[in-house]
Amino acid sequence: MNCKVVIREISNYIDGDLDVAIKQELELHLAHCQDCTMVLSQMKMTVEIFCDSQSVELPTDVRSRLHDALRRKMHEPGG
Amino acid sequence: MAVLCATFMTDTANREILHSLAKAIGLSAPNPHRLPSTVARDDEPLLVAAAKSGDATAFEELVRRYERKIFRLTMNITRNREDAEDAMQDAFMKAYTHLNNFHENSRFYTWLVRIAANEALMRLRKRRPNQFSLDEPLEGDDDLMPREIEDWGPSPEQRYAQSEMQEILNKVIDQLEPDFRVVFVLRDIEQLSTEETAAAIGISVPAVKSRLLRARLKLREKLDRYLRKGEPN
Repeated sequence: MNCKVVIREISNYIDGDLDVAIKQELELHLAHCQDCTMVLSQMKMTVEIFCDSQSVELPTDVRSRLHDALRRKMHEPGG
Repeated sequence: MAVLCATFMTDTANREILHSLAKAIGLSAPNPHRLPSTVARDDEPLLVAAAKSGDATAFEELVRRYERKIFRLTMNITRNREDAEDAMQDAFMKAYTHLNNFHENSRFYTWLVRIAANEALMRLRKRRPNQFSLDEPLEGDDDLMPREIEDWGPSPEQRYAQSEMQEILNKVIDQLEPDFRVVFVLRDIEQLSTEETAAAIGISVPAVKSRLLRARLKLREKLDRYLRKGEPN
């Protein structure tokens, strides 16, 4: 397996979505390829950094408008 | 319990029993976030059944439980606050109107995400019609090889203040093409499965995998300029 194939499968590898044989080949490549190992580690880190940053607050005014609209909808005839 | 609820929801007496049950286990508590997450997941079918039978309080509880996550989703897809608010509001309205079309073969949240993602995508397509190609296959892997591979060191994001890092992440995700961003948001941020993501935006499973790979590679590359070791911040 060469670097090009590893990069093509790297996302599936992170998701645990590879056949056993391909996974083993990929891991064999990673064991001696520093660049692919670094890309793998940085890709995992990228996902983690984005997930950790996702504590979006719902602004109070946005929330109020949502609940007002819902209450109007619920009180519509047949709503 | 969920099966029982769904089966006997047709008459008023049972509706009242369900409502009392919901109250008894604290579903009408003003702050749902006090409930442990496992309880929140387990009681969802009960709430949905009550909402289907016309219990507005149960539906409002579902809204309170997911409003922040749905706003985060619509913000992440549209990258525009006004569109995100409209998409979120319309998603909850549609969920309320079409609740009886939800057949409980998936989680309510997943069904809601599907509606919200579509509302957000509709607005994004209107605002950026030339950046979209959801129906077109994206083949070829010639451009996949990362051009520069430099060490980031451990915890590279800690070299920046939290607000600075947030600014960088916003800039980086804004630059990602909508086709890739939507898949990244649904799979990696909202943690939908590949199949759920495919169903939510109407593309094939291989297309989801292909776009997720490209999204992750592109984000890694865009972050690289900020996070490589020794880079001044």
